[in-house]
Amino acid sequence: MTMRLYVWQRATAALMVPLVLVHIAVIFYATQKGMTAADILSRTHGSIMWASYYGLFVAAASIHAAIGVRNVLTEWSPLTGLRAGRLALMFGLLLAALGARAVLAVVL
Amino acid sequence: MIARGKMHRGSALWIAAMVHRLSGLALAIFLPLHFLALALAIKGEAKLESFLRWTDQPLVKFAEGALVFLLTIHLLGGLRVLAIENLDWRDGQKQLATIAAAISAIIAFIFLARVF
Repeated sequence: MTMRLYVWQRATAALMVPLVLVHIAVIFYATQKGMTAADILSRTHGSIMWASYYGLFVAAASIHAAIGVRNVLTEWSPLTGLRAGRLALMFGLLLAALGARAVLAVVL
Repeated sequence: MIARGKMHRGSALWIAAMVHRLSGLALAIFLPLHFLALALAIKGEAKLESFLRWTDQPLVKFAEGALVFLLTIHLLGGLRVLAIENLDWRDGQKQLATIAAAISAIIAFIFLARVF
């Protein structure tokens, strides 16, 4: 892993610590009385706060996961660093696109 | 007889590193599915509701409990890595890794107790 990727992975990890803690708290809160689509959407629809929170979470998770997948592919697969990097980049972009779509789906 | 180069395998901290990697990999595989499920809301609240009712099945609840465990243990394992890399070294890393696993299991069990 290059220094640049190392710094990005650790920085996104540190950024996600509070985001994951809030996410776990929301999971517990949302499942308290059985989770319904109406409950979720009433909380998120039109909310700039939740849009920012989930948008940041998706961006950080996409970068963090892509670098992690690159490391795994480099160490555990016969792929060269370049090919592992390309696959990981595609995975990261896919995650970011799907994540952004999911955020828009629950916020708009 | 274990080869010298593989003697570390099976030690608590090797297992902790492997759990961190595998939990991260599992979460990376789960994330696209999570995003696709949430995006059902694009087709209307009823679509998302229908999917959420499908998740009421006991087997799915157990899978969700496993995901809560994976997320928590990856978080705590990551915190341990960040602490090792950025703070002064402290002894008791094996104990910390074991405590992280125990806390993750407890949180997953509490989650399961609440949803069942």
